[in-house]
Amino acid sequence: MIQTFFNLDIMMAAWPIVLSGLKNTILLSLIVVPLGLLGGLILALLASIKHPLVRWPLMAWVDFFRAFPPLVLLILLFAGLPFAGLELGGFACVAIAFFLNTGSYYGEIFRAGIESVPNGQVEAARSTGLSRLQAMRYVVLPQAVRNVLPDLLSNTLEVVKLTSLGSVVAVPELLYEARQAQSITYNPTPIVMAAVIYFLILWPLVRLLSRLENRALAGRR
Amino acid sequence: MTQKHIVEARGIHKHFGALHVLKGVDLKVDERELVFVIGPSGSGKSTLLRCLNRLEEPSSGSVVVDGIDMLSPKTDINHARQRIGMVFQSFNLYPHMTALGNVTLALRKVAGKSRAEADALARAALDRVGLADRADHTPGQLSGGQQQRVAIARSIALEPRVMLFDEPTSALDPELVGSVLEVMRGLRESGMTMIVVSHEMGFARNAADRVVFMDDGLIVEQGPPASIFENPAHERTRAFIGQIQRH
Ligand SMILES: Nc1ncnc2c1ncn2[C@@H]1O[C@H](COP(=O)(O)OP(=O)(O)OP(=O)(O)O)[C@@H](O)[C@H]1O
Ligand SMILES: [Mg+2]
Repeated sequence: MIQTFFNLDIMMAAWPIVLSGLKNTILLSLIVVPLGLLGGLILALLASIKHPLVRWPLMAWVDFFRAFPPLVLLILLFAGLPFAGLELGGFACVAIAFFLNTGSYYGEIFRAGIESVPNGQVEAARSTGLSRLQAMRYVVLPQAVRNVLPDLLSNTLEVVKLTSLGSVVAVPELLYEARQAQSITYNPTPIVMAAVIYFLILWPLVRLLSRLENRALAGRR
Repeated sequence: MTQKHIVEARGIHKHFGALHVLKGVDLKVDERELVFVIGPSGSGKSTLLRCLNRLEEPSSGSVVVDGIDMLSPKTDINHARQRIGMVFQSFNLYPHMTALGNVTLALRKVAGKSRAEADALARAALDRVGLADRADHTPGQLSGGQQQRVAIARSIALEPRVMLFDEPTSALDPELVGSVLEVMRGLRESGMTMIVVSHEMGFARNAADRVVFMDDGLIVEQGPPASIFENPAHERTRAFIGQIQRH
């Protein structure tokens, strides 16, 4: 049993491969999370323009990409776009798919945060001469982000987990490299290593999330 | 050049959908005058104040403040609003900033002051409202009366020509009302032009130059406090004054 799943020799041998996978997972997360946050922020700012010409297309966009399974979206981009003469490579496809998918989720979170800030805040800011954009930036957004911090963090956790989808389009991230190592060594130990590493990087985030959620609950009481 | 009226609103109408809230209001305010606006709930007092700094867009009419046509598309409204301070019933302090931060924000971002300049001006404004020692407190650490005084400091730091107060003491516990009224009295003595919507009749009696009674979107009558309170010309005014004095 231990020889099969926790084989030390295989761990040593697979370590360099798994490590390079880990590096890519971290790199991918560092690209995909800010990209999703940026997309979400843009969507939420657009949503604060209450004009019907902005509102309806925006709602359709957000609904569409939230309903679209990210794996299907990814494969569609990776396998479909070449037929349109556009070959982007796995990494770019992951970045685009995440921008569209997680951006829509982040967007809804930001939007809820912005709407949680009382209108009187904007009125006070505008009455002192701040522009609409300045009021958003200095008064509304800081409060909005604080109000939805647990949701933002929880979505970020999901995004980091979802980077493993990159393995499907041959992005050499942690899961992909672990599977490579597995097929070379004919042993599942590298997959176990990947699982443990995922847990070790995500667990602190989960703890932090619990603390934030508890604090939010206490604040509401 | 001497300006007769610092605020001159003419023929203000305001509709909210089918609701006709202001039905042709004219209001002229002299420099250094303190005008008190009273009237039943829903008569349009807040809406009138908000039309003066264009937080609410009047449906028609004109508003000129300190020589600036507030409704002209050519007017830089953000610049113009620096001249018109506004104090709200619910304070509306920024909860994520200290008292000092609340006051410096517009000084820095609108008036373009450096951080050091803004800090000095903000501290002076906080000192004027008696809160120099609370500069580093957040709104959550201040009493309602203190919060409202910080809100006043936030406005006066921009050196407005006119201050609008919309029921500044209505959300306060009775024992905290006095401190806010005292700051307002000090402002008046320094020569600030003020338009005040409030139910503080005692304050109106001894501080206001003029009392304006509104009902149903119109100014029904106006005059010196003594004549409006003691000797109103209209039945509706008499009924309203009788009602609030019974409380
Ligand atoms: N943004 C808005 N949308 C729709 N109706 C509004 C809006 N703001 C005010 N009203 C309506 O306009 C009318 C006048 O409101 P306003 O707040 O000016 O009255 P007020 O005299 O200040 O009353 P109060 O003493 O209760 O503060 C009310 O019927 C109110 O419901
Ligand atoms: Mg009102």
